[in-house]
Amino acid sequence: MADDKSFSLLDPFQTVDLGLADWADGIKGWATAHRSAIQPLKRAVNDAIMSIEHALQAVPPMIIIAILVLLAWQIGGRRVAIIVGVSLFALGLLDPTAWGLAMTTLAIVTSSVLVCIAIGLPLGILAAKSDRFQAAIRPVLDTMQTIPAFVYLVPVVMLVGIGNVSGVIVTIVFALPPLVRLTSLGIRGVDASVVEAARAYGANPLQILFKVELPLATPTIMAGVNQTIMLALSMVVIASMIAVKGLGNEVLRAMGRLDAGKAIVGGLGIVLLAIVLDRITQGVAQTGRERGHRHWWQGGPVGLIAKMFGR
Amino acid sequence: MMDGSVNDMTAPVIECRSLWKVFGDRADEAMKAVLQDDLAKEEVLQRFGCVVGVRDASFSVREGEIFCIMGLSGSGKSTLIRHVNRLIEPTAGDVLIEGINIGELGSKALREVRASKIGMVFQNMGLMPHRTVRENVAFALEVRGMARTERFAIAERAIATVDLAGWEDRYPDELSGGMQQRVGLARAIAADPHILLMDEPFSALDPLIRRQLQTQFMELAAHMKKTTLFITHDLDEAIRIGDRIAVMKDGEFVQVGTPEQIVTEPADEYVADFVAGISKLHLVTAARIMEPLDAYQSRNGPIDLTGSLRARPDDLLNRLADLSIETDAPLAIEDDGKVIGVVTKKALIRGIQGRSRDDEGGLPNGG
Ligand SMILES: Nc1ncnc2c1ncn2[C@@H]1O[C@H](COP(=O)(O)OP(=O)(O)OP(=O)(O)O)[C@@H](O)[C@H]1O
Ligand SMILES: [Mg+2]
Repeated sequence: MADDKSFSLLDPFQTVDLGLADWADGIKGWATAHRSAIQPLKRAVNDAIMSIEHALQAVPPMIIIAILVLLAWQIGGRRVAIIVGVSLFALGLLDPTAWGLAMTTLAIVTSSVLVCIAIGLPLGILAAKSDRFQAAIRPVLDTMQTIPAFVYLVPVVMLVGIGNVSGVIVTIVFALPPLVRLTSLGIRGVDASVVEAARAYGANPLQILFKVELPLATPTIMAGVNQTIMLALSMVVIASMIAVKGLGNEVLRAMGRLDAGKAIVGGLGIVLLAIVLDRITQGVAQTGRERGHRHWWQGGPVGLIAKMFGR
Repeated sequence: MMDGSVNDMTAPVIECRSLWKVFGDRADEAMKAVLQDDLAKEEVLQRFGCVVGVRDASFSVREGEIFCIMGLSGSGKSTLIRHVNRLIEPTAGDVLIEGINIGELGSKALREVRASKIGMVFQNMGLMPHRTVRENVAFALEVRGMARTERFAIAERAIATVDLAGWEDRYPDELSGGMQQRVGLARAIAADPHILLMDEPFSALDPLIRRQLQTQFMELAAHMKKTTLFITHDLDEAIRIGDRIAVMKDGEFVQVGTPEQIVTEPADEYVADFVAGISKLHLVTAARIMEPLDAYQSRNGPIDLTGSLRARPDDLLNRLADLSIETDAPLAIEDDGKVIGVVTKKALIRGIQGRSRDDEGGLPNGG
């Protein structure tokens, strides 16, 4: 026992030190030591993100607006198209720099969400199939969502360095959980009698997954994707602390200079981008039949063109 | 237990040998205790927290036969039928399909049996809401890897068989309950399986539609020579379409027999309660209620039957009633031109009531 403090049953914590903080600090050392090993991977990911961004920056704003509005019309109907169009115009009018910053942010968010889907969908399927995996992954997901971002910001930067790739990693940690959860929930919620019927007609587990469970779980899974996008957007300010550019960086810099005008431009930009992405993805969750036509190609602009040229 | 099976040469298409299913974590333990001490269902539930779903069920279904299983809700009918294509693993016992023990099949071979030999119709339909009628019906063929045009052509024929032509592109939720169940039937017959498993297919439908579908199903089964395991909780339905009926209670077969045997010779009170309200008019034959000529004459002295109306031993009570209206004399039952028995008015009325020929009483105050 230590000399200065004697062990007390009523307050044992003063004298017991498990060294958790030191141990965690050790991770930092390990991360710095292994930095070079992951540099090639980092470069590849960064290139991918940059090419998305270049593409978005290269296309004139009006054309992007046109594409997104048509997409929204096809997916979500006329009302959604109007909301998306108005939001995008407002975004462009906020400030001459706002559009470019928004495209940078959009590139980061898109990259993060794509990786989230690539990881989250398989994990969610696994969690739906195995109660044990579900039980095991649950506390992990809870932790990912509740632990303050600053805690993992440091080791990630130590390992990967500042920049877009770290930004994507940090965003994924926060944005992934709802997709895993809702994928699992959606598959578990599929009518058991339909799955049983598929089994009775000789379907194998993969056929059941792809022909029955995933199609029927799609609305729930899309709700998960929607949540993931929203969470990814809400991470952009924190990500900008590790040198990710875009709207988040604008807010961060405005905060440092107490520049309320710039802060509002950045903040509103994020909100408008969120509205656009939210409406479009919510439209995907809804099937065309719920909106009154039988197939997706019978509505929206495609349906209009088909009607014009058809018969 | 009575065995109403008719002995013939053809091997059974479906055969269950002392099948047991105990649900629960301690199933094996509970199973041992049941075998040792012959525990009832409630005792097993109390002592082990396990539910006995099926209890020592043995039966076989011949080629082309419609074998009905009936019983109240919770008697284990669905559990039993799910063993036949091994959607459920038995705790003990074997299931044989065309002589093959399906408990010994690997998962691939089992799927092949399910896709090609067995069609199943479910109580809750189990149609896929995201697929059109055509895609639903073609499912078993799709699973086997059949090409799209080919399987759709077969599916369309099956859809026409159940009178749903023109509805191929609709989704299940655009159809009425009766039509959905016909889609289920079309799906079951699309792959042209030998065996049909029907789990209360018509229970959720109104009586008129139900009768219509029963008729359609019986024609179909006879025409396509399907061997059918048909589950119902409706005795009328079982009598109408079943060649044989098994009555289930608490997971156990109480009685197996032809509809006439079940109705006229109920094995116990449970079965008797079931058949109490059943009309005997279209079920019971003259042979069952007539008094043999010798016995009648030794009781009542010689009788001259030259003027009395004639019926055959396999005439139903309904026909005897028609004849009996014409005359006051007893009916003569004639087989091969020879009178073998007599049906008096009293015997006929008692027969319709489902009571024995010389049952006295029934009126209050002995009056
Ligand atoms: N998966 C299961 N786990 C535990 N018990 C079950 C399970 N499936 C069925 N049982 C029990 O087995 C018994 C028989 O159920 P089953 O569904 O076979 O009845 P049923 O005769 O088909 O009834 P119904 O006419 O209502 O469909 C019931 O007591 C039920 O609680
Ligand atoms: Mg049932």
